[in-house]
Amino acid sequence: MTSKTTRSKVIEAEKLGLTFDANDGPVHALKDVDLAIEKGDFVSFIGPSGCGKTTLLRVIADLEHPTAGSITVNGMTPEQARLERAYGYVFQAPALLAWRTIERNIGLPLEIMGLSAAEKADRVARTLELVGLDGFGRKFPWQLSGGMQQRASIARALAFDADLLLMDEPFGALDEIVRDHLNEQLLQLWKKTGKTICFVTHSIPEAVYLSNKIVVMSPRPGRVTDIIESDLPAERPLDIRESKRFLEIAQRVRTGLREGHSYE
Amino acid sequence: MISALSRVFPIATVVAAIMVVWYGFTVYLNSPWQIDRYEKAGIEWQMGDLVRDTMAHDRPVLPAPHQIAIEIWKTTVEKKITSKRSLIFHGSVTLSSTLLGFAMGTILGIGLAVSIVENRAMDKSLMPWIITSQTIPILAIAPMIIVVLNAVGLSGLVPKAMISTYLSFFPVVVGMVKGLRSPDPMHIDLMRTYNSSRLHMFWKLRLPASVPFLFASMKVAIAISLVGAIVGELPTGAVAGLGARLLAGSYYGQTIQIWSALISAACMAAILVTVVSVISHVTLKRMGLRA
Repeated sequence: MTSKTTRSKVIEAEKLGLTFDANDGPVHALKDVDLAIEKGDFVSFIGPSGCGKTTLLRVIADLEHPTAGSITVNGMTPEQARLERAYGYVFQAPALLAWRTIERNIGLPLEIMGLSAAEKADRVARTLELVGLDGFGRKFPWQLSGGMQQRASIARALAFDADLLLMDEPFGALDEIVRDHLNEQLLQLWKKTGKTICFVTHSIPEAVYLSNKIVVMSPRPGRVTDIIESDLPAERPLDIRESKRFLEIAQRVRTGLREGHSYE
Repeated sequence: MISALSRVFPIATVVAAIMVVWYGFTVYLNSPWQIDRYEKAGIEWQMGDLVRDTMAHDRPVLPAPHQIAIEIWKTTVEKKITSKRSLIFHGSVTLSSTLLGFAMGTILGIGLAVSIVENRAMDKSLMPWIITSQTIPILAIAPMIIVVLNAVGLSGLVPKAMISTYLSFFPVVVGMVKGLRSPDPMHIDLMRTYNSSRLHMFWKLRLPASVPFLFASMKVAIAISLVGAIVGELPTGAVAGLGARLLAGSYYGQTIQIWSALISAACMAAILVTVVSVISHVTLKRMGLRA
């Protein structure tokens, strides 16, 4: 456990709060969130809808602004981190631009960064291979299945080589089989690249299977109720989900979720 | 073959129905005058005579379709294009001011839409005026525009084109504003995560997203450009153009001439809209959008 203390913190939040002003009074989307994410972590945020897990991810990405507490990303404010393009963001939907081919979609952030054509082509080819879409670069988004589109959007988030990957229920709209497949691929990708990944989900098996740290959240006000360090081995075949240890962790997550609901 | 037939058949049915009704009205509307003539001349007449004679008036209340077709044939194919009586001559005059007005209207419309979307003050101040501009009946304002522009030394093509512009910029503004605002919030967030500049946001997201909206608007715009050009030709003293043909026809009670100008204008509108549709289809297809 000593190795953990030497790893640098990628995200640190203290007493983080975010209150929206609605017509019928303030809505506490986030309240008193304390969180530390270290370099190389795969962190899942899990909770029922309205628990603020997406909001928390958006605060990290500087797409929402906290109203209380403090948060740093790579030791900077989220805004500085965004301006330095410190993270790649994967949305719930692929959000590909319909008029661009897959390779031009993946090249979009690189164009905005002003990379040379040669370097752009090189990086696009590399990330396409990384997500297993080589040969599909010239297709338009509508020519690809939903799962392939989401893989393309992951490739786009990887293309500019940020160390932090923020993923907001990226596989939520996909069917079980495709989802399993993409989960396996995502784990391999994580191992290969060593990136820090924040992953929002509402699926317990998905959270336990993927992460080494699970943040359990609950709604009204949105808050963190439990943080579970998973000690599952790094090598995770799909059938690890039948193992005793896996089920124990899943049970703890479930209990955490239920407790969050008990005092509404 | 079957698909071509299935496309032609419904259209042909409607055309046939219109023809039947039209011929019916031709006989009905022209018969009082014809019967009057029979009676004055003391001629015995049968139903067959009436039908034949009502379709052969020089200045009928309603000309029969074949009379219009013959008139169009005579004034297009059988007349030199340079002749003042050639419909092609008049049509090309109207077409040139339609196209100029449409081009200016489209450019003006896009320009206004961009400034409205990119600038809040413009959004608040311009939009009400743009909408107000279209509540003024064009027939009322067209002579004013022609007269005022004449007074400052502008005559001929430009004043007519300005009336087309006045009509055609509106659908372009409305469509483009909607198009430029059409990217969903997720795409805007995506561009924010790339720390994209406003310029990039515009060129790489808003503008391409607006293209389908632009073409939809342009289809409306080109049709009303033609209306504008014809209306613009009415108060100029009926020199040239389909509008002038209409006006001259009504001065002299030349109903066949009026109808042939009307039908020509309708055909021209159909062709113009089709051309824009084809360009739209090709462009969207090349952009990878399923049009």
